[in-house]
Amino acid sequence: MFDFLDSGQYDLLGAFWVTVQLTLYSAAGSLIWGTLLAGMRVSPVPLLRVFGTGYVNLVRNTPLTLVLVGCSLGLNQTLSITLGGGDFKSIGFRLAVLGLSAYTGTFVCEALRSGINTVPVGQAEAARALGLSFRQVLTLIVLPQAFRAVVAPLANVLIALTKNTTVASAIGVAEASALMKTMIENESSALFAVFTLFALGFILLTLPTGLLLGWVSKRVAVKR
Amino acid sequence: MKLQKASAAAAGALVLALTVTACGGDSNDDSSSGSGGGKITIGIKTDQPGIGLQLPDGSYAGFDVDVATYVAKELGYDAKNIVWKKAPSAERENLIANGDVKFVAASYTINDERKKKVDFAGPYLLAHQDLLVRADDTSITKVEDLNSKKLCSVTGSTSAQNVKDKLAPKADLLERGGYSECLTGLENKAVDALTTDDSILAGFAAQKDLQGKFKLVGLKLSDEPYGIGLKKGDTELKTKINDALKKMVSDGSWEKAVQANFGPAGYKNEPAPQIAD
Repeated sequence: MFDFLDSGQYDLLGAFWVTVQLTLYSAAGSLIWGTLLAGMRVSPVPLLRVFGTGYVNLVRNTPLTLVLVGCSLGLNQTLSITLGGGDFKSIGFRLAVLGLSAYTGTFVCEALRSGINTVPVGQAEAARALGLSFRQVLTLIVLPQAFRAVVAPLANVLIALTKNTTVASAIGVAEASALMKTMIENESSALFAVFTLFALGFILLTLPTGLLLGWVSKRVAVKR
Repeated sequence: MKLQKASAAAAGALVLALTVTACGGDSNDDSSSGSGGGKITIGIKTDQPGIGLQLPDGSYAGFDVDVATYVAKELGYDAKNIVWKKAPSAERENLIANGDVKFVAASYTINDERKKKVDFAGPYLLAHQDLLVRADDTSITKVEDLNSKKLCSVTGSTSAQNVKDKLAPKADLLERGGYSECLTGLENKAVDALTTDDSILAGFAAQKDLQGKFKLVGLKLSDEPYGIGLKKGDTELKTKINDALKKMVSDGSWEKAVQANFGPAGYKNEPAPQIAD
């Protein structure tokens, strides 16, 4: 059934490795960007709150394909932004990380904001009473507890991100689904074997993530 | 406990895969009843200008559409009795094998891998992989020039694979979801050339708002004989379609359809290919 793999024509591991890299870089990017956004949304500065709310609602409701193709067609092909240059392969990868981070950051932000809501208001008030600034209250008191509360929701965001990386093939990133398209083109007689293969590949990537982070979530949860 | 969860998920994935397969099998019944009722279902491309394109009003236009309409007429079906069905490249073999369509005319290159699953009538058009460049660009004259160029094609397509494997392994190749997405880059000089079958390129370049902006280079990088795909072993239908195609060439309708669909792009078409029996 999977004999087309024996030809050595397809670099299956290489393609999934690109998927993993995309996921890891974008996860880091969206974690940073999402934390900043969450900070903006709970900040005392009205302008930051308006920006945070507007950005999250705008980008979260834009289809990811549109965000990524927009990065490629808009930023790269029309405005000639190359993010450091190189060939299409590396530009495409960086554009994909940018787009995925910009998009996933909104979900990280919302997950984190729900985590901030689990921290009792009294804690922030007590911190304020000690004379801590807003930044100190947020980074020393609220966020550490918020993060511990939202490990499971963030795991879901990470799993969704892993699967969302397949959209990057639309802008020429040679990840798993791009290889799937090549295999479908050549091995149309084994269509379902190809589908099953890639479905299993993604299960292998996402299932351990879910199990591991589910375990971590239980370990670090703040017992109240 | 956790292991049970994992195996359950794996089993779930398998069940899902099997359900999808089963769906494909079910549709077998629909079509056998459909073909008897005076209607004919034909698979075409709906997103390739010049070949098969769905117009904003819902009708279809293109060379493949003209050929399919002509063949259907010869088989005894009026144009109004044709049911058009979208046939994306990856699904063509399954549409035919499952009996969802009577035949497929969708820029369908005849090759050995496909012949394992379906039979082909024709070929009715000989296309070549070619390059579309900006109208004022004269820097590409031979295949070797491509190695220093930025090319654009569709993810996973045969044309993209040809460039990577054979034609110009050193070329900077951008793979996009669709050919129209490559056109923006070509217009803005982010890419130098768009590569796929010349018939498809001619169709794009012949679109009203793009006429005069792009031109075909005419390198003939590969041979792509387009055939009409039909169910394996249906020699009666194959002979009928071949006869229809021969008639289309001999009475001049073929030449007229080529001129109407590809003419504005300055496409130098090959003469009608010899149709096999």
